[in-house]
Amino acid sequence: MTTATVSEHARPPFWRDERVLAVIAQIIFLIVVIVVAAYMYSNMYHELSRRGLKPGFDFLKLEAGFPIGETPIPYTPGDTYARAFLVGVVNTIKVSVIGIILATILGIVIGVARLSTNWLLRAIATVYIEIIRNTPLLVQLFFWFTAVMLKFPRIKQAIRLPGPIYLSNRGIAMVWFKPTESFSLWLIFLLAGLVVATLVFRYRSHYQDRTGNPGYPWIFGSATWLLFALVGWFLVPGAPITVDKPVLAGLNFKGGARLTPEFSALLVGLVVYTAAFIAEVVRAGILAVDKGQREAAKALGLTDFQMMRYIVFPQAMRVIIPPLTSQYLNLTKNSSLAVAIGYPDLFNVAGTIFNQTGKSIEVITLIMGSYLSMSLLTSLFMNWYNRRVRLVER
Amino acid sequence: MHRKVFILMLGLLVLLVVLGACASGSQEKQLVTMEVTKEVTVIVTKEVPAAAAKSKLDVVMERGKLICGVNANLPGFGYLDQNGQYAGFDIDFCKALAAALFDDPSKVEYRPLTAKERFTAVQTGEVDVLIRNTTWTLSRDTSVGMDFAPTTFYDGQGIMVRKADNIKSLEDLQGATICVSTGTTTELNLADQMRAHGIDYTPVVFETADATFGAYEEGRCDAVTTDKSGLVSRKSLLKNPEEHVILDVTLSKEPLSPAVLQGDSKWLDVVKWVVFATFQAEEFGITSQNVDDFKNSDNPGIRRFLGLEGDLGKGLGLTNDFAYRVIKHVGNYAEIYDRNLGPNTPFNLPRGPNSLWTDGGLLYSPPFR
Repeated sequence: MTTATVSEHARPPFWRDERVLAVIAQIIFLIVVIVVAAYMYSNMYHELSRRGLKPGFDFLKLEAGFPIGETPIPYTPGDTYARAFLVGVVNTIKVSVIGIILATILGIVIGVARLSTNWLLRAIATVYIEIIRNTPLLVQLFFWFTAVMLKFPRIKQAIRLPGPIYLSNRGIAMVWFKPTESFSLWLIFLLAGLVVATLVFRYRSHYQDRTGNPGYPWIFGSATWLLFALVGWFLVPGAPITVDKPVLAGLNFKGGARLTPEFSALLVGLVVYTAAFIAEVVRAGILAVDKGQREAAKALGLTDFQMMRYIVFPQAMRVIIPPLTSQYLNLTKNSSLAVAIGYPDLFNVAGTIFNQTGKSIEVITLIMGSYLSMSLLTSLFMNWYNRRVRLVER
Repeated sequence: MHRKVFILMLGLLVLLVVLGACASGSQEKQLVTMEVTKEVTVIVTKEVPAAAAKSKLDVVMERGKLICGVNANLPGFGYLDQNGQYAGFDIDFCKALAAALFDDPSKVEYRPLTAKERFTAVQTGEVDVLIRNTTWTLSRDTSVGMDFAPTTFYDGQGIMVRKADNIKSLEDLQGATICVSTGTTTELNLADQMRAHGIDYTPVVFETADATFGAYEEGRCDAVTTDKSGLVSRKSLLKNPEEHVILDVTLSKEPLSPAVLQGDSKWLDVVKWVVFATFQAEEFGITSQNVDDFKNSDNPGIRRFLGLEGDLGKGLGLTNDFAYRVIKHVGNYAEIYDRNLGPNTPFNLPRGPNSLWTDGGLLYSPPFR
């Protein structure tokens, strides 16, 4: 179709008008998608109904009746399936969030090491990346679980480190803090301290920018917060937190903080694996920054650290964020491999629910919906952050 | 270019209008409508009545082999032997079924399934029959969409612990960590029983039995639970079997039964009566060794059973000598049991409830008549 002959007063008939056609094409496409989806749904619904398996989510209100190994939120076997599923979701979020933070730190360190001028450091980083990236995650998880975590001594012969911290193949049991009644009161002090500390931090940064003299915002900020914490500690009645030591009682440790071998193995596995990919992303990002920028930084007399912190990294971020987002999503989705090593993540708990109720379609829908929402939320957050980073540059 | 796209879109639109108008019957574009409607009708007629009329039995006969969903990791019941062949108690029932259908016990394709996958495999028709130490329960029989054949093995759930831990009863497991496989009734019974006894425990749930018992052996758990037959079988695989002990408590009834998809009574009948044939043969004293001698028997009951008189097999959609084929190729229940679990095997499981009703057990076949 030629476009040159189309003039304002002679509009083509609608079936030859590209603008109208484009809209029609999209409407048709939408209809096709809806019809296909509706057909598949009704097909499934009828087939299941014919066998007396009416689909529905009513079962979520029933009592679950099974315990879960790790419950970050209160849960007893008397709670509902919905609650049990939520425990699984929280377990997945727990391992994903901690994993993402640690993998990012480790990934940046290795990515920078890969570009180091120190031959040994560079070689180690390269070997690490090549080995980790080129072996399957499932195999690595089995390695961390079976060959590392389960090879610690039996619980009765647990290794005792100062603290005390006990290492056994039941996991790590370590001394931890236990909040007392006055803890909530103290928490108010901590939060107030955080607000004031932020203001002090802002003020000192501003001072530094304005005068060029070092403002030490971090030191001033943390000192303010510590001051609030100390004052609060002495003002509230009694100590707000006490030390809780793990003791071997009967068959297991009681008290303290305990990390199970399943959680530890999954976390270590995911962090080590994802960090290798993040390292490559970081390396690519750093290399994408023009060499002239670095030369200029050198010419200004900045140290290597300052050059990285103030010149190279802010610019590299633009390149790093989008692929980093997909690594975060991968980590979250890969956490479903937890079922192989017995960590009660959402996929594992959902498996038990499916076993008890036989509602395969519904449970799978729930699983997919949960991962989808987690991934979309992560993407949303990272896209927001990406825009923020982009706005900084001119 | 754009014209082509336009025509394509228009074609799609027409198709949609036609599909939408199928029921109401549009007058315009009669010619196109006729063609497409015909196609749609054909698909519809093919799908609905055919699915209702065609039994799995016909499908299996047409295919020429049976697809059996089995366990590949449970010595004694379903496992790979030294030659890489499937063997075991459950496997023998797959063979018995194939013998009845095709007069050839080797016409079976085995599909190893995990506990979690097994019902989906039946629901989707991936396997014809599930013979994989599966417990018959009400919800599986109804909402999970299974139909169960007679129980081939009456089991009960047990708990295995280390001797050194000095655990004697369920109460001693207070605060214990217990390894369990997902997708099993044992996972559910454990929860029920521990709640009933008011015992707090921490479950560690694994996907496969291998992972479950591996973690137990490494000391991750104080105890491990599954059906007693499974414990006996798994104990034989541990590094030092004598260091472990199976507690003298039974947590549940576990009638292990073959399962087929719900709502196909013709196919269910075949599976049912093949199982009954192995019971009945033991009751008659017919074995794979002496079955040919029984062909000269005057006992009308035995003659009917072996298909020498009457039309019993035809009624099932099989040949009249289906029971003869089962006994000849695979043997009666006692032979299957002894071959896989009896005194000459590492398990040496006493028959217990798995004896004939005439010996005080639970195996009882309705009459072949």
